[in-house]
Amino acid sequence: MRRVLPYVLLGVGTLVVTFPFVWMITTAFKTQTEATMSTLNLWPSVWQWRNFAETFRAAPFARYFFNSFLVAFTVTAAVIVTSLMAGYAFARLEFPGSRILFGLVLATMMIPFEVTLIPNFVLIRRLDWYNAYPALIVPWCANAFSIFLMRQAFLSLPSDYFDAAKVDGCGHLRFLARIAAPLVKPMVVTVGLFAFLGSYNSLLWPLVVTSEEAMRVVQVGLTVFSGAEGVRLHLLMCASAIVILPTVALYFAAQRYFLEGSIGAGIKG
Amino acid sequence: MKRVADSWGMLLRFPDMCLGVLDNAFDRCRIRPLKDAPIAAFLLLPALVVLGAFGLLPLGYSAYMSLFGGKWGMGDFVGLGNYAEAIGSRAFWGSFLVTAYYAAGTIPLTMAFSFTIAYLLFHVARGRSFFRTVYFLPYVTSAVAAAMVWRGIFNPQFGIVNALLTRWGIEPLDWLLEPRSILALITGREALVSVGPSLALCGVMLFEIWHGSGFMIVIFLAGLSAIPRELEEAARIDGAGPFQVVRKVTLPLLSPTIFFLAIVSVIKSFQAFNSVFALTGDGHGPLDTTQNVTVYIYSQFYEFHRWGYGTAVAALLCLAIMTLTVVQWRFVGRKVHYE
Repeated sequence: MRRVLPYVLLGVGTLVVTFPFVWMITTAFKTQTEATMSTLNLWPSVWQWRNFAETFRAAPFARYFFNSFLVAFTVTAAVIVTSLMAGYAFARLEFPGSRILFGLVLATMMIPFEVTLIPNFVLIRRLDWYNAYPALIVPWCANAFSIFLMRQAFLSLPSDYFDAAKVDGCGHLRFLARIAAPLVKPMVVTVGLFAFLGSYNSLLWPLVVTSEEAMRVVQVGLTVFSGAEGVRLHLLMCASAIVILPTVALYFAAQRYFLEGSIGAGIKG
Repeated sequence: MKRVADSWGMLLRFPDMCLGVLDNAFDRCRIRPLKDAPIAAFLLLPALVVLGAFGLLPLGYSAYMSLFGGKWGMGDFVGLGNYAEAIGSRAFWGSFLVTAYYAAGTIPLTMAFSFTIAYLLFHVARGRSFFRTVYFLPYVTSAVAAAMVWRGIFNPQFGIVNALLTRWGIEPLDWLLEPRSILALITGREALVSVGPSLALCGVMLFEIWHGSGFMIVIFLAGLSAIPRELEEAARIDGAGPFQVVRKVTLPLLSPTIFFLAIVSVIKSFQAFNSVFALTGDGHGPLDTTQNVTVYIYSQFYEFHRWGYGTAVAALLCLAIMTLTVVQWRFVGRKVHYE
């Protein structure tokens, strides 16, 4: 009994947690009448594969995806580079004011996003970035949490590595690029995954700095789509499913490293 | 042929050479009291420019903007007038109450649920990574897309939840469109209609528990794996039951993790926007009962174009978050048990 009980509880929890996903997928394959019928029947009578083609015809999702991927991949690459560089500097270099600077960086973590929303909007307007990609990308190219995580990862590397490299005539930059960065790969994946999720899933900022349809990212596109197409539930579920798919796929691909990285960070504190 | 291979090698080694040249240059301008300052400046510059321009600078500018009235930018100087107006406004306090309900409703329940799952996961022998993946899934899915799904499930006309209630002979509910408070619905007393969170807000909270628990489970698992197993074993041998072991041994040893999660989730719940906005379509919800402070700021900015007033409300929110964080550090942090 005591052996089985945890599995029963976890199984029930799994059913509850995954039910929205199951419902989303089966509804995405129903016809319109079937989807908006008050019924307990989860399964579609005939699987409507053409719903997906119809979704892409109903709204410019291809364009939304292009925007989202362009923004999210650029942000991810930039965050990895900036946090590797800054994290290394805070972990391994000695310079006057390093503690104060690190404190300032950590302080930006506590500023709520809402406080900087309106001034940042004004700044974007001044820079003439409204409705342009830099507005969606540049403000997110560095963040304090990633720098902090990377610093922790570098601190946990034995300093003998650096001393050995130095004897062989390798400076800080080459050491960082060739030796240190590959050694903290789990953390690079963790930071990258969080950066991608944060960028791809964000709604408020893209909503504020873009107005043209051609500049919409998927989250904004989906919100607009639901407003206009609220009744065509089967298409809305198709759209939701394809919006969710990339992050789930990425999570599965990165999972091994990701859990290693986050758990390491949890223990070392 | 050899020449082609050589030029390839040159090309591949080129970035490395550049780094080497840079390294040497930085080495040469090394001045004693500055230590590694030149190279540190080079490494820190990109991050600091972004954080300064879009983090610290707007913080100061926001404080300045909040002193001006007008629409579409900064009009007349009104001093602390915006702050006074916010404090005297019913809508502002209403939105604060929504935020408070939201925090009080989601944080303890998400924690309890996540701890239970993490504890069970930690004590099963097989399938741990499978379950961990499943429970983490909602966290990686976009709140907007997931919200669309929930709106379908809880739809008053054709939603599967109402279909289930009808099957069981229970009156179907309006769920996310229901402005009446959950207390009034449970007790059936009309006098309580606007006391406590509305059913719509409770729906938003339930969504947040579903969406946010994956993160907590992963952190709890990390915390649990740092606890020495002998302690629980010893308590069990001394005759403690499973619930006693959890309460007297596991939870106290987990208190740093719980404390960390409490601080992070208070901040997060005071900044909640995506789920509320996507679940209700515009954030306001039925009779404004899901309009939290963030939605209020957004609507002042985006719908009423009152930038100065919006920044003033944001500053008050910031103040509230900081006060709560400090209070937690001072009064709860003291009870945290570190090894």
